[in-house]
Amino acid sequence: MSATLESRAALWLLGLFSVAVYIFQFAPIAVVMLLSFNGSRSGAFPMEGLSLQWYEKLFANDSILQAFQTSIVLALGCSLVATAVGVMAAIALVRYQFKAKNGISTLISLPLLVPEVVLGVALLMFLKLMGVYRSFGMLLLGHTVLALPFVVLVVQARLVGLRQNFEEAALSLGANRLQTFREVTLPLISPAILGGFLFAVAISFDNITATLFWKKPGIETVPTKIFAMLRTSISPEINALGSVMIIVTILLPLIGGFVVRRFSRGR
Amino acid sequence: MLSPALVSLALFLVAPILFIAVYSFWIRTAEGLDVPAFQFGNWIAVATDYYYWLGLWGSFKLALITTISCAIIGYPAAYFLARIQFSNKVLLLFLLFLPFWISYIIRTMAWISVLGRTGALNTMLISLGIIDEPLKMLYNDFSVIMGLVYFLLPYMIINIYVSLDGIDRNLEASARTLGCSPWQTFREVTLPLSLPGLGAGCMLCFVLAAGSYVTPRLLGGPDTLFFPDLIYEAIISQLDWPTGAVLSVILLLSLGLLVAVYNRFMSLSDIYRSFAR
Repeated sequence: MSATLESRAALWLLGLFSVAVYIFQFAPIAVVMLLSFNGSRSGAFPMEGLSLQWYEKLFANDSILQAFQTSIVLALGCSLVATAVGVMAAIALVRYQFKAKNGISTLISLPLLVPEVVLGVALLMFLKLMGVYRSFGMLLLGHTVLALPFVVLVVQARLVGLRQNFEEAALSLGANRLQTFREVTLPLISPAILGGFLFAVAISFDNITATLFWKKPGIETVPTKIFAMLRTSISPEINALGSVMIIVTILLPLIGGFVVRRFSRGR
Repeated sequence: MLSPALVSLALFLVAPILFIAVYSFWIRTAEGLDVPAFQFGNWIAVATDYYYWLGLWGSFKLALITTISCAIIGYPAAYFLARIQFSNKVLLLFLLFLPFWISYIIRTMAWISVLGRTGALNTMLISLGIIDEPLKMLYNDFSVIMGLVYFLLPYMIINIYVSLDGIDRNLEASARTLGCSPWQTFREVTLPLSLPGLGAGCMLCFVLAAGSYVTPRLLGGPDTLFFPDLIYEAIISQLDWPTGAVLSVILLLSLGLLVAVYNRFMSLSDIYRSFAR
C-alpha cells in the first residue's frame, strides 16, 4: 500500500513536532551547561566570553565536596545491599513457581507507586519508634528500599530472556544447585547485576525528596545541597555544579547500558 | 531466596506505611510528646481546616494540567517514533531517555535559568525585539507546570510508544483496504488500541505530579499551594507529626484510590513493563 500525499505530509508534521519535543527536552540542560562557562561576573545572561571561573570556585567549595563525598558513600553502600537482596529476589521470582507470585511482584514495585513524600514520612516515623533518628543510617536504609525495585526489574528482565537450557545441562551433568548457580547462572547474569547496581547508584545519587525527610540537619547530599543553595541565594557556581551532575548522571547509565549490551551479545 | 527482599520490604516499607495510619490517631500532649491513643482529634482538625483542602486541590489541579499537557504533547511524538522507518530508532529512543537520566534537581533548576528575569527565554525575546520588558514567567503555576511536564513527558511517551509499537500493523492496513481514511483508521483502530499505554502514562504522570514536592517548591511562587509541602511543613518544620500523619494518609489514599480504579480497568503490569524496558 502506498502512502498518500496527505499522510506523508502528516508524517512530516509529526516529525517536525517530535523534533520540537526533543529540543524541549535538551534545551534547558544546554542552558545550564552554557551558563557554567559564563565569563560574566554575575553568571547570568548575557554571556560575556567563556571562562572556567565557576568550576574553580566549585572545586574550592568544601561544603560541596563534602556533599559529594556523602552522596558517593551513600550511593555505593545502599546499592551493594540493594543488589545483593534484589538479585536473589529476581532469581526466585523467575526460576521458581509458587503461589502469590503476582502479589510479591506488586509488593516489590510498591516503592515506585507510593508518593515519595509518604515513603519519607513513613520510614521517619517508624524508625523513631525503634529509637532511630534522622541520620546517615536512616538514609542508607531508605535508599536501599528505594533502589531495590530497579535492581529486581533489571535482573528479572535479563533472566526471563535467558534460556534455562544452560542451567538444565549443568544440573544433568551432575552439578548441584549451588554449583550451577555459581558456574552457570551467575556469569550469564553478571552484566545485568552490574547494570542493576549502576541503576541503584543512579537512583540513590539522584534522590532528593525522601532524602530531605531522612537526612540529619547539617548533613547534605549533592541534590539537597543544590536544593538548599537554590532556596537561599542563587550563586552562579551552581551551574558548574549542575554540569558536573549532568555528566555524572549521564555517564553512569551509559556505562551500565554499554556493559549490559556488550556482554549479552554472546548468548 | 526471596526472604531478604520480603523481610526488608515488610519491615521498612509496608510496616512503616501502616504505622503512619496508626500515628494519625495518636495524641499530642501539651509537652509536645506524641503518645499512643485512639481518637479522631487530628483527623477532625485537618478535615475542618479549609487550608488543607485547598492544598489538596492545588496539587490535583497542577497534576491534572500536567497530565493533559503531557498526553497532548507526548502522543504525537510517540506516534511518530512508533511509525517512522528509521534504521537508528534505538538511538532516538535513547536520546529521549537521556534527559530522563539527568539529575532531577538539575533538570528542575534549569528552568530557573530558562524562565527567569534574565533567563535564556527573556534574553532571547528581548534581543529579537519581540518584547521590551522581561516577562514574568518564573515562580508561578506556569513555571511549576513547565517543570513537571518536562520531567514527566518521557514517562508518557514511553508508555504510549510501547502500546503503539505492539499494535499489529495489519489491522491498520485492513482498515485502509476496507475504505477507511487515514484519519478514520487512526480514530477507529489505532487510538483505541493504544489506550492502555495512554492510560498508564496518564496515571503515572498524575500520581508523580500530585506527589511531587521539589518541583513546586523550587519553581512555584508564594501562592502556589501543593499538598506535599503541607506534609513537609507539618513533619519537618512544625514537628507536628500526628497532623503530618493524617495528611500523609490522605495523600496516599487519594492517589491509591486512583491507582486502584485504574487497576480495575487496566492492568498495572503495563506500567511495570514499560519500566523494565
